[in-house]
Amino acid sequence: MASDPRRKAPRPGFVLDVDRSTPPILFHHGDNFRLEKLPADRSRVIYPAEPLPGLPDPEESIYQALINPIDDDPLPSLMKPGMKLTIAFDDLSLPLPKMRKPDIRQRIIEQVLDIAAAAGVDDVHLIAALALHRRMTEAELRHCLGDRIYDAFAPQDALYNHDAEDPDGMVELGTTRHDELVTMNKRAAESDLLVYVNLNIVSMDGGWKSTATGLSGYSGIKHHHNVATMRESKSFMDRHSSELHHSNWRQGEVIKNHGPRVFQIETTINNNTFGYDGPLSVLQKREWEWTARDRATFMGMKKGLDLMPTSARRKIFNGWEAPYELTSVQAGNVDSVHEVTLEHCFKQHLVPVEGQTDVLTFGLPYICPYNVNSVMNPLLVMCLGLGYFFNMYRGKPLVREGGVLIMSHPTPWEFHPVHHPSYIDFFEQLLAETTDPLELEKKYEKQFAEDEWYIHLYRNSYAYHGVHPFYMWYWGAHALQWLGRVIIVGGDQRAVRRLGFQPASTMQDALEMASDVVGPRPSITHLHNPPILMADVT
Amino acid sequence: MIREQLNSKRIAVTGSTGFLGTALVERLLRAAPDSQLVLIVRPGLRGAQARVNRDILKNDAFDRLRAAFADDPIEAGGQAGETFDAMCARRIIGLAGDVGTDDLGLDDEGISILAACDLAIHSAATVSFDSALDDAVEVNLLGPGRVAAALRSAAARRSEATPGGLAPGEPAHLVAVSTCYVAGSRRGKAPEQLVDESPFFVDVDWRAEVTNSHQARKDAEQASRTPQRLTALREEAVRSLGAAGTPAIAARVENLRQKWVGQEMTDAGRARASSLGFPDAYAFTKALGERSLVECRDGVPVSIVRPSIIESALAEPKPGWIRGFRMAEPVIAAYARGLLKEFPGVPEGVIDVIPVDLVVATILAVAARGPHLDADGNDSPDVTQIASGAGNPLKYGELVDHVRSWFTEHPVYDEKNQPISVPEWSFPGRGRVARQLGRARKGLDLGERVLDALPLRGRQAEFGAELEEKKDQLERANGYVELYGAYTECEALYQLDRMYELWNTLDESDQRDFCMDPKTVHWPTYVHDIHLPSMVKQARLKMAPGSRQSSGRNERLRQQVLSDERQLAVFDLENTLIASNVVASYAWLATRHLDTPDRLRFTLKTLREVPTLLSLDRADRSDFLRYFYRRFEDAPVELLHDDSLEMMSDLLITKSFPAAIRRVREHRRLGHRTLLITGALRLVVEPLKPLFDDIVAADMSITDGTYDGQLTAVPPTGEARYQTLADYADEHGLDLRQAVAYADSSSDLPMLEAVGFPVAVNAETKLASIARRRGWLIEHWSKSAGAPNRVIPIGPHTLRGPIRNRRAV
Repeated sequence: MASDPRRKAPRPGFVLDVDRSTPPILFHHGDNFRLEKLPADRSRVIYPAEPLPGLPDPEESIYQALINPIDDDPLPSLMKPGMKLTIAFDDLSLPLPKMRKPDIRQRIIEQVLDIAAAAGVDDVHLIAALALHRRMTEAELRHCLGDRIYDAFAPQDALYNHDAEDPDGMVELGTTRHDELVTMNKRAAESDLLVYVNLNIVSMDGGWKSTATGLSGYSGIKHHHNVATMRESKSFMDRHSSELHHSNWRQGEVIKNHGPRVFQIETTINNNTFGYDGPLSVLQKREWEWTARDRATFMGMKKGLDLMPTSARRKIFNGWEAPYELTSVQAGNVDSVHEVTLEHCFKQHLVPVEGQTDVLTFGLPYICPYNVNSVMNPLLVMCLGLGYFFNMYRGKPLVREGGVLIMSHPTPWEFHPVHHPSYIDFFEQLLAETTDPLELEKKYEKQFAEDEWYIHLYRNSYAYHGVHPFYMWYWGAHALQWLGRVIIVGGDQRAVRRLGFQPASTMQDALEMASDVVGPRPSITHLHNPPILMADVT
Repeated sequence: MIREQLNSKRIAVTGSTGFLGTALVERLLRAAPDSQLVLIVRPGLRGAQARVNRDILKNDAFDRLRAAFADDPIEAGGQAGETFDAMCARRIIGLAGDVGTDDLGLDDEGISILAACDLAIHSAATVSFDSALDDAVEVNLLGPGRVAAALRSAAARRSEATPGGLAPGEPAHLVAVSTCYVAGSRRGKAPEQLVDESPFFVDVDWRAEVTNSHQARKDAEQASRTPQRLTALREEAVRSLGAAGTPAIAARVENLRQKWVGQEMTDAGRARASSLGFPDAYAFTKALGERSLVECRDGVPVSIVRPSIIESALAEPKPGWIRGFRMAEPVIAAYARGLLKEFPGVPEGVIDVIPVDLVVATILAVAARGPHLDADGNDSPDVTQIASGAGNPLKYGELVDHVRSWFTEHPVYDEKNQPISVPEWSFPGRGRVARQLGRARKGLDLGERVLDALPLRGRQAEFGAELEEKKDQLERANGYVELYGAYTECEALYQLDRMYELWNTLDESDQRDFCMDPKTVHWPTYVHDIHLPSMVKQARLKMAPGSRQSSGRNERLRQQVLSDERQLAVFDLENTLIASNVVASYAWLATRHLDTPDRLRFTLKTLREVPTLLSLDRADRSDFLRYFYRRFEDAPVELLHDDSLEMMSDLLITKSFPAAIRRVREHRRLGHRTLLITGALRLVVEPLKPLFDDIVAADMSITDGTYDGQLTAVPPTGEARYQTLADYADEHGLDLRQAVAYADSSSDLPMLEAVGFPVAVNAETKLASIARRRGWLIEHWSKSAGAPNRVIPIGPHTLRGPIRNRRAV
């Protein structure tokens, strides 16, 4: 479908004012969808930009980036025989959903390895920089790096997951001027060159956060993954207004001075999440432009999903691989590279929006960074909604202070027992006691973080670290402070209440409930996400 | 007059721990403040005095007097500054004795205490509907004669006059409590005459009945030991316990045998009674008891008081007071719960009940009057009846209407918090009801057998336990029909001539304080405002919607389990911590390195074996494990070790119960030692090590880097599991009474019974019903909703070991 006009001349994102003729609007609803008619004359819908054109020859662009880096020497000149080389790469939390093979990481690392081989470097380690995320399975590593890399390195134990709890595997590099400890994976820290391969799906990713967080452990991460920092990050999607990033950059200073030489590779992808054609392409179109065929596809898909058991729906969605295309690749100096990356990110994601709204709505999809091949549990619903989606702004939040957030998601009381064991306890025990992030942090964070069993599962099973559910809660701390009320449409009532939110069975009910807080006839803004969009609010 | 008469006396009372006896003691303490009481009670383990304090004086009947003493001891009839307890200590002697043995089992000291009594009230009886024939004979038939004999030898022993003025050698007056129903099942008037004076009485030799009841016991004991009987009992034990191990089964068989003998004896009593025209063994033995008493009294002045069915108090000590579950209550409770839809009887029939305080008053009036003297001035046994049927009848139909309207207004709630609507009563004949109940029981029996055969656990198994409870209730209901049905058909009118004669001799103050006139009872008020409100409390019926009682209880038990004082928490693995088993882990490990066609072959082969394996497992767990583990012969140790770590994620944690793992961790946090005892292989459970202080698992021996499929020791199952636990506790100086054990199956029974705090987790049917009956904590732990659901446990295929850094275990 190379002739598709959308490919050559993608339209930017825009804001639609809802009137009587506006058709019902699509809401993602976990592994299903809802169509909701929004009130005319006081609602608007923010649409993401159509996918930017991908680079025509990704291999060549990668090669060019490696030999013409920004503010740094060409990669081949950094390679010396006998040197220790470590290649760290973003884990499976990126991109979302996972991309069709070959993954960008595979393309880049293959080239880096070729350069290293040509220079006679044979001490090479590949590390999944997963910080406190769960370990990647063999299948996931194969998907991300390709069989060739996997079979060449894994049997030698030269391709593995970062282990932040390995007592012999971590080093301390020093402290920042704010007294923040910097820790790093020992192999990476002691390498002559650390090449970090990023997949920057949103503007939060990359920069010094990659190495300062991705290869660190609890004692380093806790300095910015906390309530105070997250409340000061307005938003954490906006690198220059984000306390989270300031802290990571301070840690980056320490790495610069006391750590390995870092060669940063960052990449951006376009918004082609659901494809130009195929069963899900309708999700990427604007409702009033749906053809009869689109409508039929959608209705058929929805009927089918309604009839399926959850596990089948989950399986279908988890199997979806996005046809993302590479829009930019840049390498070299961390700071300089990241600024370029941000430009590319914003070019795809930013949509200018005038003024805030009383009520913000969005539909949460089936996936977030922490449930790839897993289950979207209630804590992740909170994190995706109040953390990621709420913070998709630059300037000021889309919703006014004290406003209402209405999200749509089934929010089942379901957890993946292998991936999220500490989440279960956090949700079933701690949230029963309090939902206040500060209190949770003060009373329980340390206990969960240092728990022997959780550490065992993080290291030897495929579990997120014991402290991770706290980070989920902190991610939403800014929104929790800002919002007057949070309502979840179509969610499991018990689970929604446990989160401290209010359940509503229909959008109509939710709007009624919102009017208790923001008065009658409030203004409503719907964030039509995904594909990803970020509101530039003025 | 009554007060004065009694005040001067020392009074011996038997049966004071019973309903009537407690009321008697209370009234004597309160109404005759200068009297002394000698309470003859079976000493039990704690001794007579302790039983008096615990089983009698703690009853709420004494609340009124206790409060009066707290208020003003002198006004209450005590001494200045005296407490209720001090007054009791001053006036009551607890005397160890038993009407079931000759001489009441009194020693010399006991006889001399009895010698100082002026009066004895014999109210001890076995009233329970299912008491064995020989027990009823011992207590009801021989008891009164024994009391008389004891009074005689006490009188002979007496060296000085009693407080009431009985000279040495002069026997005390015996007031024996009997029952109106000694008249037998018959219609028409039943006057106050000795049983043998009645034209309808079939006179039998009571001594022969005694001998025969002993013989019946011997015969039943004999019959219970025949090989056929023992085999049947063993089968029943296995059905209820499953593979709990030989010692546990043996204990259960013996227990069942004793129960069987008991049932035989109950049946024998019922059969003999009905053959002589009595509604049940109680009435029958009571009748012969009167007969034997009159025959053997030998100079002891005797008065007999016969109440009809004694029910809750009209006014004294407080309206509605009742002790224990009486005759009508279980029937009414079963009706209110919607269990008993019909009860035999004719609506115009009379249900002869009498409030307990009227009976007490009658007994005391007879006691105060003294022995009956005939025309010649000699004492002669006399009978006083106290019943309502003749003068103020409560019609059966009316009673049903009252009960029905009351429960319509105050419904009982079921476990789902829905009010139960009480059925319309249709007054069927006895046979029809019995048939209906029989049919219902057959249905439940069948249901139970089906459930038993299904591999159910947790909540479904609870359903089985509920079914069993339903069956129990039905069985009880059936028992009531069999028993009390006879009473509803008993349309005798008990005459009260002597009672009224006595009543008319009382002065006004006595008539006020010792009301015994049944005409004073206004039945609608009595049923509505007095009896039912107190009865529902006594029966602990759920009268308001609210949280399930059991959930509150579970919460309490959970707190006990998680108390600081506990020392050890021991867990079973399969179905307690994870929903998996040894076959699944074997299949996982075995398929991990197979390609697709081989996997298919493997799966088919294993599936074929399932029935064999299941039946082997049911018969004997350790045989099964030994047989099954032979498959690991020649398995490379190191490879399995690597794979087992991967299996922890893919099988154990995936199928784990998060709440169970949380519970283990809670125990650890509280400082309890945590122990996993499992028949699973050590290599399978080793990755769970960080959860526990210790793991006891099955170990296989290793030769040349491969397993040889032989276990190094008996796998810890059944009683071996108990032994392992006991040894472990010994070794670590832990007290099993402070241990908590979690398990899911009746094969763990020896272990569960050994600890102070057993917990049934996701129990299979047999354990579920045992746990429910014994009041153990029951936990329902489920897999995490959201856990990947794989029907067949096949290891994900790999060409190499798992991705890992270093093993942290």
